[in-house]
Amino acid sequence: MIHEQLSVLLVVIPLLAAPITAMFNKLSWSWLITLLVCASCCFFSAWLLMDVANGEIIHYELGGWAPPWGIEYRIDALNALVALIVCIIALCTTIYSRKSVEQEILPYQHGMFYAAFQLCFLGLLGITLTGDIFNVFVFLEISSLASYALIAMGKNRKALTSSFHYLVLGTLGATFFLIGVGLAYAATGTLNMDDLAAKLPLVENIQMVHTAFALIIVGLALKAAIYPLHLWLPNAYSYAPTVISIFLSATATKVAIYVLIRCLFNVFSLEYVLTTWLPQIMTVLGAVAILYGSVRAIGQTGMKKMLAYSSVAQIGYMIMGIGFLSQQGLTASIVHLFNHALMKGALFMAAGLYIYRVNTATFENLKGMGREMPYTFFAMLIAALSLIGVPGTVGFVSKWQLINAALEQQQWGMVVIILLGSLLAIVYVWKLVEVLYFQSAEKIRVQGVESGSERIGSSPLGMTSAMWILALACIYFGFNTELTLGTAGTAVDLLFSAGGTK
Amino acid sequence: MTDYILGHINYWIIIILMMVGLYTMMSKPNLIKKMAGLSVFQTGVILLYISFGKVTGGTAPIVAEGFDTYSNPLPQVLMLTAIVVGVATTALGFALIVRIQEAYGSIEEDELEKMDDET
Amino acid sequence: METSSLIIFALLLPLVGALIISRLDSMPNVREVFTLLTSTSLLVVVIALYNRLQDGQTEAFVVAEPFAGLTISFALEQLGMLFALVASSLWIVTSIYAIGYMRAHHEKHQTRFFALFAVAISAVMAICFSNNLLTLFLFYEVLTLSTYPLVTHAGTEKAKKSGRVYLGILMGSSIGLFLFGVLLVWFYAGDLTFAQGGVLSGKLPEHLALPVYALFVFGIGKAAVMPMHKWLPAAMVAPTPVSALLHAVAVVKAGVFAIIKVTLFIFGPDFLQESGANHWLIWFPMLTILLASFIAMTKDNIKERLAYSTISQLSYIVLGALLANSLGLLGASMHIVMHAFAKISLFFAAGAILVTAHKTKVSELSGLGRKMPFTFAIFLIGTLSIIGLPPFGGMWSKWYLALGTLEFSGPEFTRWALLGTLMISSLLNIAYLGAIPMKAFFGKLPEGSDKTIKEAPLPCLIGLAVPALICIYLFFSPEPFFSMAQQAVSSGQ
Repeated sequence: MIHEQLSVLLVVIPLLAAPITAMFNKLSWSWLITLLVCASCCFFSAWLLMDVANGEIIHYELGGWAPPWGIEYRIDALNALVALIVCIIALCTTIYSRKSVEQEILPYQHGMFYAAFQLCFLGLLGITLTGDIFNVFVFLEISSLASYALIAMGKNRKALTSSFHYLVLGTLGATFFLIGVGLAYAATGTLNMDDLAAKLPLVENIQMVHTAFALIIVGLALKAAIYPLHLWLPNAYSYAPTVISIFLSATATKVAIYVLIRCLFNVFSLEYVLTTWLPQIMTVLGAVAILYGSVRAIGQTGMKKMLAYSSVAQIGYMIMGIGFLSQQGLTASIVHLFNHALMKGALFMAAGLYIYRVNTATFENLKGMGREMPYTFFAMLIAALSLIGVPGTVGFVSKWQLINAALEQQQWGMVVIILLGSLLAIVYVWKLVEVLYFQSAEKIRVQGVESGSERIGSSPLGMTSAMWILALACIYFGFNTELTLGTAGTAVDLLFSAGGTK
Repeated sequence: MTDYILGHINYWIIIILMMVGLYTMMSKPNLIKKMAGLSVFQTGVILLYISFGKVTGGTAPIVAEGFDTYSNPLPQVLMLTAIVVGVATTALGFALIVRIQEAYGSIEEDELEKMDDET
Repeated sequence: METSSLIIFALLLPLVGALIISRLDSMPNVREVFTLLTSTSLLVVVIALYNRLQDGQTEAFVVAEPFAGLTISFALEQLGMLFALVASSLWIVTSIYAIGYMRAHHEKHQTRFFALFAVAISAVMAICFSNNLLTLFLFYEVLTLSTYPLVTHAGTEKAKKSGRVYLGILMGSSIGLFLFGVLLVWFYAGDLTFAQGGVLSGKLPEHLALPVYALFVFGIGKAAVMPMHKWLPAAMVAPTPVSALLHAVAVVKAGVFAIIKVTLFIFGPDFLQESGANHWLIWFPMLTILLASFIAMTKDNIKERLAYSTISQLSYIVLGALLANSLGLLGASMHIVMHAFAKISLFFAAGAILVTAHKTKVSELSGLGRKMPFTFAIFLIGTLSIIGLPPFGGMWSKWYLALGTLEFSGPEFTRWALLGTLMISSLLNIAYLGAIPMKAFFGKLPEGSDKTIKEAPLPCLIGLAVPALICIYLFFSPEPFFSMAQQAVSSGQ
């Protein structure tokens, strides 16, 4: 009984805390409340995961109204894993955020910043936990609106245009999703995901189902930044405040991909998906995304934009895994979802540390910083090696799983592309390493920033420790894959057993 | 043929609305016009849901004496939520436009791009 | 102590040493003592492990299991022990030499150098004791990454460019080709553990044996089979002790060791012979031997000449492995040992010449032998061992390689080509390596040359003498390496 209520607590706690945080305008209080909220959510989501790790499914009915009329939260292994990674990243980001927010956000905005952060957090958690498809839309919009506001708080004025661009495209995507949901509702009369799964195969007007499917997939693809619908991502992640870059890059697109997986398996059944062209499209688009993202990343002159394009490539890996529509492929995607959050979180945290110290993240101005900040450099190196897929790190686990999935389906071309993606990653990672380590430190020119102060002497403890937590997690989960591969395996088993059990 | 168009006239109008909104959003460089297009697009979606919920011969879904056929209340309720979301999005969008005007001095997209490329 | 704990100890000891060494920047003498202490202890541990192996303790133990059925595990094994003994004994010698060299050359960042050295040796130990392909691949990558800072030690633009070539070729080949090969083995055989007779026979369709084997031969870039050889001359920008240990002994030997292990314990010599995978592939090491020797003859820079000589000698080992018969594999394994000791003497001699006489080119060495007789005598010993003349150890490996060639099961033409290659390359060895001591002893000193050139510093001389003496010793008594290689090869049949 308590277990079901944990799921709603995960949403209610940040919801209650957010307006309280907005009332306090002092940074230390807002930060403290956010930290407590994230820590408790982390604890609860870990508890939830332990409960569902054996394949059980938890149902919580909001307000006591039974589904399919009432909204329910349906937690299984997949949800719980995604919720856990969102909570972990939120916690690490909050630990990291104190000094960074102090430096980057205007003082009168501090309370609002943390309030919006908690709203975004609760939106993402709500998307993960719910079992009602309209509820997904609502939480999707909550998290998106909060993230538009958060991105716009960046120092550079380009943050405003990037946020606006993201707003337009994001709302477009969400509206497509909404139309799709409406069509599905019109066809079946229900909004509950389990119920939809039972009723959709019985619908006679197959055109309606096709249209609903297409609209839902396109809407989610926009949110998940799947090539070619990724255009908002590079600018949004580069110009956002550092804390938001970290948080969004590690969580927002992952949650959208989670919804995609959910819709493909638990709403529209696997048999239906196999009758469409979607699997092949996804595999091809994934491959193109990998190559495009990696190649664009190589050409960048700033660290944050390079990492953003790298994210586009990594999302390509996940999509390719889904496109294989096999147990191994899906496991690879889910594992990569978890692993990439750790890697990208650590990398953006390192970028943030450089920005904190020298107010800039362009390669021109980062020369030699690796030698001045060896701990940051080393953690960044671990995460970067994980991005390449060096064995011993989490990146290798996902790559190995994905290539095995490709081999299983005799897709030799895809294997080559995945390996090629790793090779391209070596190029841009090494570019970063060379600039940071080999070139000598030069005088810094600071651009477009009001404060423009001199270099700050030392890295704050909170920022470095949060980054090291994620970097060490990259290595730990590269060896001990019980949590990631084990849970993904259970989740995939549940997804593949047809019909969504109650 | 007439049955196909006139019988589903509401859906045709909704589709036209959505297309108008989309086109405005994509082709007009002025940011306010983009927001207007987005609004129109979202309105189209709202009308779509409400159209789904209408039951022939049904009245407003409020329990009253003498009526026994009601239109489906669920889509109307869902659309209340969607309207709120739309309002919030529009408000946020306009707030951003105001800030962009302060920071750049213009709200035409092509001028903004030019200014961004220069820096 | 449990054997498994002893193995872990062997892996961790250099790492702990590296950590302590990195903290001793301000006390260079203590630091050098520590380096020597760590290297000596490692040799003691390896010898203890050798005794365990002779007692028959060959069980594997698992460290982690990242995937179902795939483990990171270690075990004692004859071939691995052979490599471990070579690497650990030469680490001591190199440390002594490096101390003298780095001080005489006033190198910067010496602490970083010694610490990273230790880390690389730890990776080598892990490679030696790997029990399956995944573990081998993991530590193979770790070795590449840990030696990169050693290669780019100088920090100059040239060092950075060479580092890029080094990393690009090694990581590119390992992720693009080696990993692909490992994945295919896992896919077809379902098991990556090294086993007698290989795991692929019966599982892999015969027509696929050639491409998959090729993936390994070219993917293991550290074995420097052409065209994957460019990184070796590029890495010569590193200080001589780095070049010596890592590229004459540890890094390149890890590569050929991996190839022999894959040949013996993944494919199995019988499977290779049946499928004929080696018949075409063997041309690549053959051509590498000849081409590298020719290129070596044209190189004036001593270290570059030695680099191409290494490429050529490595292909001897690869050739022996690709012969896929017990004699060839025996010769290949022995050559790992013989070449290690011979090459390291040559590199040390080259370093001594650099440090004392400041000469880097062969053309400048005329008559220098009379000023530095000891150094050039060592050089002569190394040269003769590589050429394969008695009474030096190199003779044994060449002998078995030749015998293995005679038993080659492939086309007759290839067999004659192989024999021809062995003979021609021996002659070429005399030409490009032998020319150096010849010139030094019998050439005329150029006019106005520096009269104050003396012998190299004492630590360098000790470092020079030990491997050279071992070359001579190994001729008379190639134990325990010979029996280890024999056991490894026969167990793989």
